[in-house]
Amino acid sequence: MAFSAFATGTAQEQAPRRKSKIALLLLLPGILYLMLFFLVPLVSLVITSFQAPVPYGDIGEFQTAFKWQNYVDVVNTYGEHILRSFGYAILATIFALLFSYPLAYFIGVKARRWPLLQNLMLVLVIAPFFISFLLRTLAWKSILSDESFVISGLKALSLMAPDAHFTGTAAAVVFGLTYNFIPFMTLPLYSNLQQLDTRLLEAGSDLYSTPSKTFFKVTVPLSMTGIVSGVLLTFIPAAGDYINASRDFLGGTGTAMIGNVIESNFLVTLNYPVAAALSIILMAVILVMVTVYVKRSGTEDLL
Amino acid sequence: MTKPLPEDPFIRSLVLQAQRAQFSRRNILKGAGIGAGALALAACSPGGGGEDKPKAAKDISDTDKTVRWDNWALYLDVDDNGHYPTLEAFEKQSGIKATYTEAVDDNNTYYGKVKDQLKLGQDIGCDTVCLTDWMVDRWIRFGYTQEFDYSQIPNAKNLVPALKDVDFDPGRKMSLPWQGGFAGIAWNKDQLPGGLTSVSDLWDSSLKGRVGVLSEMRDTMGCIMQDLGTTIDGKWGDDDFSAAIDVLKKQVDDGQIRNIKGNSYKEDLQNGDTLAAIVWSGDITQLNFEAGDHWAFALPSKGGTLWNDNFLIPIGSQHKKNAEALINYYYDPEVAAQVAAYVNYIPPVAGTKEAMMALDPSLADDQLIFPNEATLANAHVFRSLSSDEDQRYNAQFQAILLGV
Repeated sequence: MAFSAFATGTAQEQAPRRKSKIALLLLLPGILYLMLFFLVPLVSLVITSFQAPVPYGDIGEFQTAFKWQNYVDVVNTYGEHILRSFGYAILATIFALLFSYPLAYFIGVKARRWPLLQNLMLVLVIAPFFISFLLRTLAWKSILSDESFVISGLKALSLMAPDAHFTGTAAAVVFGLTYNFIPFMTLPLYSNLQQLDTRLLEAGSDLYSTPSKTFFKVTVPLSMTGIVSGVLLTFIPAAGDYINASRDFLGGTGTAMIGNVIESNFLVTLNYPVAAALSIILMAVILVMVTVYVKRSGTEDLL
Repeated sequence: MTKPLPEDPFIRSLVLQAQRAQFSRRNILKGAGIGAGALALAACSPGGGGEDKPKAAKDISDTDKTVRWDNWALYLDVDDNGHYPTLEAFEKQSGIKATYTEAVDDNNTYYGKVKDQLKLGQDIGCDTVCLTDWMVDRWIRFGYTQEFDYSQIPNAKNLVPALKDVDFDPGRKMSLPWQGGFAGIAWNKDQLPGGLTSVSDLWDSSLKGRVGVLSEMRDTMGCIMQDLGTTIDGKWGDDDFSAAIDVLKKQVDDGQIRNIKGNSYKEDLQNGDTLAAIVWSGDITQLNFEAGDHWAFALPSKGGTLWNDNFLIPIGSQHKKNAEALINYYYDPEVAAQVAAYVNYIPPVAGTKEAMMALDPSLADDQLIFPNEATLANAHVFRSLSSDEDQRYNAQFQAILLGV
């Protein structure tokens, strides 16, 4: 599975030949846990996604059926939201990578001489985790509101049109996603870059390579496992996120992502099959995208 | 979309019976294909049709002197130390230990949390809960509530006459109002000194992008429909609703309406993103109290909506008698006045105004707490929807919220 990509270690040992009963016994709780809390809900979700409404039934009443048309309806109705979710998630991942790479490089490579500074900067990256994700997003909503000094300042400098808004727009949602997932991008990159052998960079310059060429030929390929882990850790939750895009936070009526559609169908209109079908589609698309991505980035041994 | 069942109960039950027979045949065929395991799992998945209603739990009130009450946030008088004075007085007076939880922050999410236990007739962790009219309608329709024993609630005689009979619960067999309120329009007094008088004032081009409306369908749609001339508590149909949906959709698409929100709309009023909005009356009183006197509230000239949150006893509660004692206590006008002085919503208990005269005379004239005939004439209850209407209208409204 793609999730082994999160491990940054490189040593891949041969599996021991001898079968051990103790190993199986130790595996048992994990397997039972996954069966109960992953497999059973997944099967239940698949069944729900094919349910049909009870004829003449009340709100939220469905029965087991094989209504595959649910999937067609969902794609027709919410196709735009599905595309939008992945569009936002891809943008947020790119921005997070562009922001995090120099940061991680600085902490992991440049700051090696000053361990105190290194630790301090790491704390600063992680510190936002001490405050609830919801509170931080709400705070941004206030900071970026129409009457805030940020927005009125931008308007005074004519960088924003006088009647323009920021909250409730696509830009605000992508901003929120990027901000909230930066630590997930920075930490795997850091743990990888921290092991970067700087002698290889010196060798690059000894061979008359320009710094940028050394970066793209040596540093980036060596940090590929970190980049892949960071991208997966950012992209997967960002695609399914429903807080940033929620109308109560940074989003508006025009920025709903799949998560918001699922929430609305599940809690308000009680249209469970639609919500379930959307969840399955979300999972399937993520799985396909991640597989293609990992293969393309030349790290298929991670799969 | 499914067709509504015939109104006549006898024909209705015949139709349902015929359908059930048909489905069981079909299910047997399907079972061969899917496999027994999958069908067993299907039992875990939400939904599932059928008319079988859960049975009320056994009442153990006499041996277990406790009652658990789930309610909305800021909906009961509280002092600076986090104690609830009226509730503590109830505990002392009755000897029943009460647990109060602010567990409801939205009718839909609360329902989503407890519906599966309710369907099975299990305890949902509370013995009484206050929910809004239309949600109470749904609980009663599904048989998720227990019938009151009015001999245990003598104070129920104080219920104001206007609320004694409601279409979702004729004779108030299963529900009693807790507090009521209005949905109307509010605006920022500093920025809009001229004020607003009607919902159409919200569509003024000078407010473009600074208008908010509620994500509660009945309040937003109720106000817009009345602005278009519909009597929302009378007979109206799909055309009237669609006309109002068109207005809402146009204003959202044009960017006039910035956002559609639930409880969090208060933050937008505070940070200035919203200058004028469709809001709930009591919130504005509280907001003015907390954040400085910047906002004004009015019922729109063509009418606002009136709603109530109601006590009900969930089907799985084993403390029905204790819950009834609690409800009875809050139907005492003196107690109701203490609560109203804090929550600023409309108490459903006759005599509260007189009790308030003694407690805090300045509040006794507040039209938002003790509305007079003229105020009430301008506020209407959104009529109950049939299950079919409920599903269709909700879908239309949600489509706008999601920008479909």
